[in-house]
Order: sequence, then structure tokens, then C-alpha cells
Amino acid sequence: MFDKEYDVIVVGAGHAGSEAAAAAANMGSKTLLITMNLQNIAQMSCNPAMGGIAKGQIVREIDALGGYSGLVSDTSAIQFKMLNKSKGPAMWSPRVQSDRMMFAEHWRLRLENTPNLDFYQEMVSGLLIENDRVVGVRTSLGIEVKAKSVILTNGTFLNGLIHIGDKQFGGGRAGERAATGITEELLQLGFEAGRMKTGTPPRVDGRSLDYSKMIEQPGDDVPAKFSYLDETAPLKKQRSCYMSYTSPEVHELLKEGFDRSPMFNGRIKSIGPRYCPSIEDKINRFADKDRHQLFIEPEGWNTVEMYINGFSTSLPEDVQFRALRSVAGFENVKFFRPGYAIEYDYFPPTQLKHTLETKLVNGLYFAGQINGTTGYEEAGSQGLIAGINAALKVQEREEFVLQRSEAYIGVLIDDLITKGTEEPYRMFTSRAEYRTLLRQDNADFRLTERSYKIGLASEKRLRKMEEKKEKSAAFVNFLKDTSVVPEEANVVLEEKGSSPMKQSDKIFKVFSRPNITMDDVRKFSGVNEFIEANDLKEEELEQTEIQVKYSGYIEKEKNNADKLNRLEGIKIPENFDYSRIKSMSYEAREKLRKVKPTSVSQASRISGVSPNDISVLLVYMGR
Amino acid sequence: MKLNDNIVALATPSGAGAIAVIRVSGPDAIELVAPIFKAKSRKDLREQPSHTLHLGNIIDGERILDEVLVSVFHGPKSYTGENTIEISCHGSPYIQQEIIQLLIRKGCRSAEAGEFTLRAFLNGKMDLSQAEAVADLISSENQASHQMAMQQMRGGFSNEIQKLRQELLNFASLIELELDFAEEDVEFANRDQFKDLVSRIQHVLKRLIDSFAVGNVLKNGIPVAIVGEPNVGKSTLLNALLNEERAIVSEIAGTTRDTIEDEISIGGVGFRFIDTAGIRETEDVVESIGIKRTFEKISQAQVVLYLFDASRLSTSDRHPELVSGSSTSEDGNSPTLDQVKLEIEKIRNQFPQKPLVILANKVDKLSREARANLKSHISDLNTISAKSGEGVEDLQQKLLQFFNTGELRNNNTIVTNTRHYNALLSALEEINKVQEGLNNNLSGDLLAIDIREALHYFGEITGEITNDDLLGNIFANFCIGK
Repeated sequence: MFDKEYDVIVVGAGHAGSEAAAAAANMGSKTLLITMNLQNIAQMSCNPAMGGIAKGQIVREIDALGGYSGLVSDTSAIQFKMLNKSKGPAMWSPRVQSDRMMFAEHWRLRLENTPNLDFYQEMVSGLLIENDRVVGVRTSLGIEVKAKSVILTNGTFLNGLIHIGDKQFGGGRAGERAATGITEELLQLGFEAGRMKTGTPPRVDGRSLDYSKMIEQPGDDVPAKFSYLDETAPLKKQRSCYMSYTSPEVHELLKEGFDRSPMFNGRIKSIGPRYCPSIEDKINRFADKDRHQLFIEPEGWNTVEMYINGFSTSLPEDVQFRALRSVAGFENVKFFRPGYAIEYDYFPPTQLKHTLETKLVNGLYFAGQINGTTGYEEAGSQGLIAGINAALKVQEREEFVLQRSEAYIGVLIDDLITKGTEEPYRMFTSRAEYRTLLRQDNADFRLTERSYKIGLASEKRLRKMEEKKEKSAAFVNFLKDTSVVPEEANVVLEEKGSSPMKQSDKIFKVFSRPNITMDDVRKFSGVNEFIEANDLKEEELEQTEIQVKYSGYIEKEKNNADKLNRLEGIKIPENFDYSRIKSMSYEAREKLRKVKPTSVSQASRISGVSPNDISVLLVYMGR
Repeated sequence: MKLNDNIVALATPSGAGAIAVIRVSGPDAIELVAPIFKAKSRKDLREQPSHTLHLGNIIDGERILDEVLVSVFHGPKSYTGENTIEISCHGSPYIQQEIIQLLIRKGCRSAEAGEFTLRAFLNGKMDLSQAEAVADLISSENQASHQMAMQQMRGGFSNEIQKLRQELLNFASLIELELDFAEEDVEFANRDQFKDLVSRIQHVLKRLIDSFAVGNVLKNGIPVAIVGEPNVGKSTLLNALLNEERAIVSEIAGTTRDTIEDEISIGGVGFRFIDTAGIRETEDVVESIGIKRTFEKISQAQVVLYLFDASRLSTSDRHPELVSGSSTSEDGNSPTLDQVKLEIEKIRNQFPQKPLVILANKVDKLSREARANLKSHISDLNTISAKSGEGVEDLQQKLLQFFNTGELRNNNTIVTNTRHYNALLSALEEINKVQEGLNNNLSGDLLAIDIREALHYFGEITGEITNDDLLGNIFANFCIGK
């Protein structure tokens, strides 16, 4: 059945697998996507939402690189919010509520419309390997499919074990079976594996809820969107979410089930994410808080199913049910599905290179939860990078790596492969050294050209980015060159409580003052004329405003980033022997030997490697 | 580590010596030194050929710092392979620091341990087989300097900096919490409390910066008050420490002037000794004025030496054994042991923070038994004979130890390390920006940039690195996650 050899086989069709398959195929690789169930492509296993703080920036980056997550999120959204709008532009974070079924459907249709991409439904149970090089996969039916490279995106399916109270059963998601075979084979090849845990809350019947007892959470008045392309449009109508709170009474009811909780009776040994704790964990660790927020999120435009964000739990279903019934608005709640916890295998990501290729097996790539991450956005972006690099490798082209100062995706992958992770890794803006550079408004400036050069981002995407860049730059220059007289400016300044001007000054400088906005500046003569004459669009105006108002900070971070990049340029040979550096601490040598950093800069980020060790290393690099 | 800027450091061992060599290396080494060097020949350093020697003055504006010899080396024919200037100045730690500080103000960076050698290696001045040696050198020097800094800081300002750093870190976490978890039910950083913290940090940083060695310790020496009755041997002790006959010594009480102030260099560290009149309770008006003056002087000092004549304690019924076999005082003016203990208590009560060294002088006149008995009555007693030199070296070591372990405090703390000083200056600069941002209601993500920089500089002093701390701190202390 499979007589041809594929360039790239992607195992798993979640967010990582779908992006990986799309990227590889769009770059011209003959690609096969294998999944255990073709009905379940691009499932949102947990909450029906994309984006959020730091994650929204990642979706924008995926889009700027030519991935599909942004486009699919736009067309399947039921609500849009720009979070953190009151803070600086680096914090503005787009987030959508999604129609879960539509999201999966739109992904599937986009993949079906992608050239070079084949599909097959089967469980992959093993890898074909020759001389430390992957040459294909073997399915549970014994079919062998040849390929030059393989990307594993197994999510929570590898030996997945679901817990609800004291019941436990194998499964990769509720109602879907687990995948077996791959972990065992990788262990034999010398890989290290671990277990992680994550959880999900109950889903309920929206018709059984009393929304009058909750607080409505509508979307933005003027919604925006993820994709930089004009292909998608902002929402015209939206669905609201709702908010309610737990209470001491709810907490007491939950506590009754603690002795049957797999979290507390020792049945779950693996580590879950600290920033996404189960409700029982929150009550246990923060006993002084007498209430916790719950967000009630619709699962789509038309379905009555609701997702109870904040109530992730693996307590027995009867305890979940009784406790939830005590929450305001939930007095008559009907369950669709109980919450559960799932344990699964992951492979410590320090075993990977920056391309997400494994150090042990040539042509084998890992992306998504298999690397110990959590989140659709984190998974999707890894899939994209793995897909790109698998394609490049097959084509014998140079690898594609994003720097920490270039993209959150760069921070994500560098953190993973350099520091590893003890708990499911989620992106936060505070993980980035140069947050001010990694904004959602400039992901296209940062990434589109690089992606175009390797043949992924389309020409249309490039042109659009260039136009935005040129127009905003021209506007910035106009503001730098054009003066405003005190008589004109002081009216506006006075209104804003800003001290008046004594003599004419460049508009740029007036604009730089706190509290002075684009709307104020547009009152100065010549400005509106310039905007109209050059047909500046909203995003170009926004871009200009950011570049003017935050120029000082952006410059400062750019300078700092340049310093970091100098160390980035000092490469360490692949098989460098650290054992001969006796003046380095033993711990540092061991860590370096294990992680095999490619640059001195990466080495400096490994925990346990001191600045002293780095000085010594610099000596050995002969600079 | 930056590898293309200009660095400066003392190339000879630190401390006092006849001559010290200060080395400046980097692309602009010659351009940086030229404006502060006035050659006797009036030649411009920039126009001089390589490997030439020039006599002249180092000037800070109008002020002449020292007469020096300057060697000019053009890269790559220099030790480091870069343009290099070596300034041979006089060996006083004060002069060395003044010149180095001047160069830092002119744009040099204080060199890291082993950095000259590192550059020499990197510029191919040594072959690769020497890499091991260079690496060893760096790691050993780093360890030594780190150890020294830790030692210096253990009692000194490390606690203070560490505490402030932790507080700043907590606030940084709160700010990050607002940013990364804005959607959630989290508490927000109280800006008023933050402003308060920032001004406290400013205050401490300024104080530490002011305390920096150049202005204080190295320039004036560490003030040490010697408290003791007339004729207990203060002058003899000073002479013994000085190793030269400077103060006039006689057997008649009150031979010395009101105060002797003498600066003595011990192990390269300057100490300034201040004589005082003692603090014995008296009804005499003149003497009680003297006591008040003594207390004033103690308050100015950073260390107190309490000296009494062990051979002339008055006979007391309760301690007859102490005076047996020695030349017992006849005049009744000598204090009793209880009086001595009372005086020590008084100093301790008045200045609980100040290091106090209790010295029993003239112990050469005591029997071994009497010495042992004395020690059993006064805790932390040091026996000494200024005349025979017994115990003098121990005292010198003790004074140095105070210095090295940072027990000497001017307003609790002294900064002596140039690298710490620079880190403090940079930290203050960033903190000032944070304050400005707070006053302008700057958004948290932008505030965070300056806070991170400040934390980075604190980290340079305490040896702690920040980035992962922030998230760890958040997860440990706040209930987050939907």
C-alpha cells in the first residue's frame, strides 16, 4: 500500500502534528500524516480557546511564519479579546474563544487543501532505524512506511493513563485509547523518558445553568484577529463567557473526596503544572483563600456544552458533581463529562537540538507534549519548527533556528533544550529577556522575511509585511521631521495635563510624552493630511504609535539583545570534550556534557553553569 | 564577558608597596590615558612610538594625583595583544584607587579576575597548550576573589543587599504576576509600598556608595579609639604597632599630648589611632568633661581598644589573688578589677555594635597564675606587653581580621571592592529609573525592564542570578491558574 518513500512522516495530528505536516508539505516535502483517528484531527483536548498572554504572541508568530493556527483560530472564533490592553504594547495579547468542532473542521479542511500531504489512520507502534538514522515507521498492523525523516507528536497518548477518583484506565484522551510501543522502543535506543500529569475540568449542559447569578464576560467592542493576512476578518458578532466563584461550602464538599483523590493518595506520582493547578490543589495549597474564580466558556456557536475553566479536577465524579452544584448558578447543573487527570510519557527535551531533531537518532524530531510542554500554542509552534527543519534536512539545506531575541518560539525551544523542564512547560512573557521586542504587533516584521526565504511564507504575506513596514516607517519619519508650534500643541497638552511648550518642537517629541496619543497628534495640522494621502491603515497607525512612544525602551532592549547575540556567535564544536577542562566545576562539566550547547551563550543559560565556568569555556573556545 | 572594551586594573599585588603598576588594555587604552597624563616633556602620549617610557603627572582636572612613569605599548606587540598603557605609580593604596577610579570615570571598565591573561590568550599571545594554565588561573582567582568578597560581606553589607534584593525580587514577581496572570484573580503590587521600597533602596545604595573606600577607609584609615587611663601604656602600644619611636614615652602619667592621632599601615590597610582619656567615674569637673570627650571619640571610631595596666590593679578584698606577686599600686588611684569591668560594661552598653578589643597591658610583670586568673574574670581578654612586644602581632592580626570580615562598619558598612562599587553605582542608576517610572505611572512591563537590570547588578554583588527566580517566586506564593 505504501510503496513510495516519504520525505517526512508526522505521527499524531494534534496542534503540533498538524502544523508540522502543513509546514513540511508547504515546503515541498512529500508528507504523510498518520493518526490513530482521522475524526479527531486538531482536537482541542482542554479549553476551547487559543491565545492569551504570551500564547497569543506565539499564535501571531506562527501566522507570521506561514503556519495555519492563526487562520484557523480566526475562522472558528466565537469571541475575541485583546488582553492587557491597559499595559505596554509588549503585553497586549490576543485571545479567542473557539468553536471546538469548527476549529477541528477548519484545520482538517486546510490540511486536505495542502499539496504534497497524504493521510492515514493507524497507530504507529515503532520506528524503523538504520545506523542511528530513522528510515520510517511501523504500524500496529505491521505495515512499514519508509521516510527520510519522522516527527513524533504523540501528545498525551504515550502510555496515557486517565484518573478519575480511585478509578484509572488507559487512554490518550477521554474516550480514546492510549498509544503503546514507541516509548519502549525509544528507551531501548538510549532515550530517557519521564511521566507528566495534566488535568481537565468537567463539561456541563449550558441549559442547566442560571446565568443571572454569574457575571457576564463579553468580548471586545472592536475585536481584532490573529492572522496578518486579509484572508480572515474580525468577528461581527460574539458569544459571552460567564464568571462565578467557588465558596467555603464548595471547598468543604471537595475535601470530602480528598482521600479518594489520586493526587493526594499517591496514585499520581508525576508532576503537574503549578500554574494550572487542579481545584483540589488550589484548596490544599492556598487554604486561606475562601474562593476561586471559575470561567464558564461556551464550546461553540450552537452547542449547549459549556467548559468550566478553573475547575480542573481528578476527584471522584460524584464529589465533582456535588461540589459544583454548590457553586452560584450551578444549583441544577447537569454533567456532560466529568473532569479527569491524565498521566503520560514525555522525553526530557534536553535530548534535542535547536531544530527539535533528537541528538541520538538522525532525522527523528519531537514536537509538543512529548517534549514536556503544555498548551496548543506551544505545541503548534514546535510542530511548525520541526516540520520546517525536517523538510530542510531532507532538502539538505541549512537549519532554521529562531533566537531568543527574535521570537517567543525561540525562547521556548531554547529553554526546553537547554534547561529541560520538570513540570509541563507553558510560555510566560517573563521567560523572555527581551519582552519589549517580542510584541504581537511586530511578529510579521520579525519573522515573515525569514520564513519567505526558506520558502514557507507566501509572497503575498511578504509584500503585506513590507507595505506595513514602509508605511509606518515613513510616518515615523514624517513625525520626526515635522514641527508643531506652541499655539497649536498647547491646547492639546493642557487638556492632557502635560506641561505647555515654549517654542516649536518636532511632533515626534510631543508624541513621546506620556498620555499623548495618536488621537491627540492627529489634531496637529498636516498629520491627518499625511495619513489620508498615504492611505495609512489602522495597524500602520498603531505600529507608528508604538515605535514612537516606546522607542527608548525598544532601543535599550535591542542593545542588550545585541550583547547576548555576540556570545551566541561563539560556537562550541559538536563533540567538544568537557572532561579535559579541569578548572571547571564537576557539576558544570556534567551538565554541559549532557546538554551539548551549540554556543557559549546557550551554555551560560544552563543551570549549574556559573559565570566563572563560562570564562573558562571562553578560553577553550579561543574566544 | 565583553572582549572589546577597555579594561583597567592593578597589575601588582594589592596593598602598600614602593611601586604599583596599573594596567590599561583595550583599543582605546592610549586615547583614554593621554588626556589625564601630563608628560614632563610635554609630548602627547598618542604620538609616541610603541615601547617607550614617559615621566609625568597623572592629573584629575587641575589636581595632580601622582608623579608616575607611563609605558606605551601598541598592539599587537603587548602583553594582551591590544593597545596597552602601564602606569607605574607610588604604592599607596589610596593613590592606586584614585588613579583607577579616574580611569573608570573616563570610560574604562574594571577588569575581571584574570582578564588580561584571558585577552592575551585570545589574541594569540600564548599558545593553546597554555589554555589550561589560563583557565586554572581564572578559576582560582575568581574563587579567591569570590571568597574574599563573601568574607568581607558576611558581617557587612551582604545581608543588607541580600535583603533588599529579596524585597525587590518580591516586587518584581508581583509586577510579573500582574502581567502574566492579568486575567486571573490576583493581588496587585501596591505602588505606594513599592515607591517606599525604592526610596529605601536608594538610601542604602547611596550610603554604601558614599562609604566606598577611596573617600573613607583608604584615604583616612580606619579610625580606632584607644581608651585607657594615663600611663597604662597607650603610647608604647602605638609605638609597638608602628615599630618606630614616634610617640614620646615616659613613666610619668600625662606625658603625651591630649590626643595622639597616628596612621599606621597594617597589611596594606590604613588604621588611624585616636587616643582618649579613659572613662573612669570622677567628681572632678575637668575630668568629667574628658569622659564626655572620650565617648565622642569612641562614637567616631570604628573599633575600640580598651587598654588597662594589668600590673597595677588596686587590691580588692574579693580578688586578692590577682595582685599577689606583682608591684601593687600604692597610690590608691589605680582602678580595681571591678572598676575595670564596670568600664568595659559601660562601653559595651553605650556602643553595642562596635567591635571592642580588651587589652591587659604589661602582663610581662604578672605571674602565669595571675594572668590565668585575670582571664577567668574578664571574657575575651587579650593579654599584651607593649614593651616586650608580646601579643602585638596578635593584635595586628585581629585588627586586619575586622577589616577582612567586614566587622568594621561606618554606619554599619564599608564598601572596599571596586567591582562592588561599580555594581552599586549601576544599580542606583537603574533604581532611579524605576522611581521615575513609578512617578510617571509607567506600565509594569516597562518598569520590569529597569527592575531586571537593577536585580542584575545586585546579583553581581551577591552572586545570584534572577530570571528563573521570578517565576519560582510567583508559583510558590500565589494561587494562579484557571
